[in-house]
Amino acid sequence: MINLKLLIIFCCLLLPVACLGADSDYGYPIQGSHEASILGTPAELMPEFPASLPTRQLVLDLFPDRPKPPLFFYDQGLRCTFAYQNKKAPLVFLIGGAGASDRTAKLLTMMKALHQAGFHVITLPSPTSSNFVISASRSSLPGDLTEDAADLYRAMEMAWKQVQGTIEVSSFHLCGYSLGGSQAAFVAKLDEQRRVFNFNKVLMINPPVSLYSSVTRIEELMKQIPGGAKNQGAFVNRMLLKFSQFYRYGKFVSINDDFLYAIYTDRLFSHDETAGLIGISYRIGLAGMTFTSDVMTNSGYVVPKNRVLQPTDSLYEYFLVSTHLSFFDYFNEQFFPHFLKQRPGLTKQQLIDSQSLSSIEEYLKSTDKFGVITNENDFILTRAELDYLRQLFGERARIYPRGGHLGNLEYRENLAYMIAFFKDAEALQ
Amino acid sequence: MRGFRYLSCLILLALMFLLAGCATTRVTTEAEVPARHSISEFDGQRFAEVADPWERFNRSMYRFNFYFDKYLFLPVVNGYEFVTPTFLQERISGFYHNLDELQNFSNSLFQLKGGEAVTTLGRFLTNSTVGLGGLFDPATSFGLERRDQDFGKTLGYWGTGSGPYLVLPLFGPSSVRDAGGLAVDSAITYGVYSGIDPFGSTGNSFAISVGMTTLWGIDKRHTQSFRYYESGNPFEYYLVRFFYHEKREIESGKRLPEE
Repeated sequence: MINLKLLIIFCCLLLPVACLGADSDYGYPIQGSHEASILGTPAELMPEFPASLPTRQLVLDLFPDRPKPPLFFYDQGLRCTFAYQNKKAPLVFLIGGAGASDRTAKLLTMMKALHQAGFHVITLPSPTSSNFVISASRSSLPGDLTEDAADLYRAMEMAWKQVQGTIEVSSFHLCGYSLGGSQAAFVAKLDEQRRVFNFNKVLMINPPVSLYSSVTRIEELMKQIPGGAKNQGAFVNRMLLKFSQFYRYGKFVSINDDFLYAIYTDRLFSHDETAGLIGISYRIGLAGMTFTSDVMTNSGYVVPKNRVLQPTDSLYEYFLVSTHLSFFDYFNEQFFPHFLKQRPGLTKQQLIDSQSLSSIEEYLKSTDKFGVITNENDFILTRAELDYLRQLFGERARIYPRGGHLGNLEYRENLAYMIAFFKDAEALQ
Repeated sequence: MRGFRYLSCLILLALMFLLAGCATTRVTTEAEVPARHSISEFDGQRFAEVADPWERFNRSMYRFNFYFDKYLFLPVVNGYEFVTPTFLQERISGFYHNLDELQNFSNSLFQLKGGEAVTTLGRFLTNSTVGLGGLFDPATSFGLERRDQDFGKTLGYWGTGSGPYLVLPLFGPSSVRDAGGLAVDSAITYGVYSGIDPFGSTGNSFAISVGMTTLWGIDKRHTQSFRYYESGNPFEYYLVRFFYHEKREIESGKRLPEE
């Protein structure tokens, strides 16, 4: 079993050598941007971690007086996972990507790697996750980098208050991936005024430069679905059929890593089909955010205004409606009107421009605490945006030749770089 | 053993009614206004659809499992993980994993898969002897691949449809077919152990069986990382339902529609 996997990986490793030359010393095997984003890192290419580490889950009650809709009876507060050292050590806050909870696999891998290297770690859910919208967002209308950063900062302060007495901390660092990467930059900026943490180093992994531009590129993946996004039901069913036929005729024993790798090596799904699948999984996350936000704000977007949903009520129709709505629907019908009400005269373009790293460019240039990791073929960035990151961060931008969007985040070399980035700061102290 | 089962069933039922029954009253203070977007805007094939006529019951059971996890199961599992060294945890998992081969074996036979049955039997014999009663798994390194089988899959293999989706207490996502399969597998296992009665000579057969069953439950939860309502998505119920259903359909080898 293991030999088979190694063989497959070996084959993958052989392929790029001939065509890439200069990149051959970077061992992440998956070439395609979409494929890498879906498959991530093969388990054999991740570092080895101890079977268990001392962690505990923090549940932060940020709004003791906020009435909770009965539908979200299970949500008792913002959940963060805390991994600690028994000695004085730096603490890293980790912010997940769009839709991530505090226990998302990628966050847990980063947590394990950092803990193994001697850091305390606290993972935070993404402001776009249902948990955050319910328990930590003041507006319950996520998507604004400045407001989300302020909410994140409050949550970090409270988390720190909860663990302060139990551990010794030498300094604070901050790290986020994808949307969480951009949010980290805004949190760091806020910290310059608030000075609670004085973040020493801030690392952004595969961040969007402009939120709107990146989401536009992801939404475009949905166009690869024949008939467009409205046909996603039929598309998923057809992909499933392909999937089951492949399983049946390939005589696989279960849906496991070997099977998934075989799908990749046999090119079961075309580039466009893979794009469609990424688009759909993104839409499911977006639907969760839109729906939760709608229930919390009672704005009558997909759930009738004033309807009080109960824990056992069916949500299936809301699920279907929400997954059919695009980010642009949310932006134009919910997000922009909300900010227009607060700031009369605001134009859409102004709001779009404020959701970007370039809007805080002066700040980003003024400090050398930032670092960025991304990939040449990360499909959420345009060529110009990639160059922008290069020019903005210079040597502190580490750009890998492949990995798609987050595909190589859990790869050994990437995690080692992340650790070295934070360790460097310690060595300088 | 039997007394224990009755007792635990009773407690379980009482808990289920207690938890599933609450919060059914509806409080509407203001008149409803239709939502901006509704299902009428969208036609075409539905996404992630699974037959679920008892959804309200299933959602209550899903909630029951959440509470059961929260107040009993997970605290016990956490305590177990805290006091037991990792090495021992892995050996315990291996031991129960090996016992499951009985179920894999009988169902390979039911599906008339001779080669697979021989492999599974080979695994069981190897791991029970060289692997010290399943504590270790040398069979896999000898190239004997594990094939997880159960009666639900057997029924599926012979063409039985999954029937409606069903969330079982403690066991979680299932279907009418798979719940029936679970009952058959449990009956066979129970029959075999009653027949062999491995602890009969100790004089404490009942106490040991209760202990073994409890540890089995703890080990099963320990090896399952799923946590109810922690995905960060309010549609988790549908995603779990969809993935469970499709995985079972594919792995049981359902008939594929002609292209």
